Amino acid sequence: MKFAVISFPGSNCDQDVCHVTGEVLQVATEILRHDVRQDLTDYDTVILPGGFSYGDYLRSGAIARFSPIMEDVINYAEAGGLVLGICNGFQILLEAGLLPGAMKVNDSVKFVCRQVAITVESSETAFTGGLTRGETLQMPVAHQEGNYYIDPAGLEQLKADDQIVFRYLNQEENPNGSLADIAGVCNQEKNVLGLMPHPERASEKILGSEDGKKIFASLLDYLSSREES
Amino acid sequence: MDWLVKVTIQLKESILDPQGQAVKSGLEALGYKNIADLQVGKYIELTVSDEDKEQEVSTQVEEMCQRLLANPVIEDYNYEIEELA
Repeated sequence: MKFAVISFPGSNCDQDVCHVTGEVLQVATEILRHDVRQDLTDYDTVILPGGFSYGDYLRSGAIARFSPIMEDVINYAEAGGLVLGICNGFQILLEAGLLPGAMKVNDSVKFVCRQVAITVESSETAFTGGLTRGETLQMPVAHQEGNYYIDPAGLEQLKADDQIVFRYLNQEENPNGSLADIAGVCNQEKNVLGLMPHPERASEKILGSEDGKKIFASLLDYLSSREES
Repeated sequence: MDWLVKVTIQLKESILDPQGQAVKSGLEALGYKNIADLQVGKYIELTVSDEDKEQEVSTQVEEMCQRLLANPVIEDYNYEIEELA
């Protein structure tokens, strides 16, 4: 089993993700440069980490979306490959059109960095198959543009297709004012997931929560059973 | 021929603008009670060189707005094209 973590100029969670998947979960993990085209077919999962790619200039993720390797990420996702976008990675997936919707500046117009409670809304993805719908997870967020927006028709489509994967527990827990308290969504095919909270920062007891590890554990379970079959 | 292009980008009218709301309440705190609406947007200036037809420039700018400069999911854009001497 092998994971790829894409490092963009300004990514700052690539090493954290690599530490969790590589050291904590013992899955071979490689960090790939944004500017080198890659055949990603040998990787079991591609992770776009958090950070401030290209300084968040213009819009978060807007410029990283055109990094050379993104063409390979798009091909990989369209072929059914598993893609996880965390925070800035989520923003890049939205800009790339791999996930529906867009991010606005937080309602508070502030950078918010704190622990939040989120609920699992769908266990129909590879990343949440080991979780139960309604289960609460504690994870940190750290962002200024996490105010998820989609038009009313798009929201109905997300609900109908079970594409809302995580929500903030309630309005008080919602750190950014996102529509319908949305914290994470997947694509229609359910192989691409983006979320604002950082599971890699909540995967070891010493960091205050191990709930994030449950997402990676679900993924490993899914991939192991896929390898067996 | 060179052309000066002025692009303005704003959140769509139907979408609440958190920055605009914050700036509006800042103005209200200064005593300006008559601000009905305020939107914060972006302004981009670029120069297109060696292009003969304004129509060609316009086609290119339209494409640039769609692909990168604006996010059509949440933003509207406008642009003006001026011929540079």
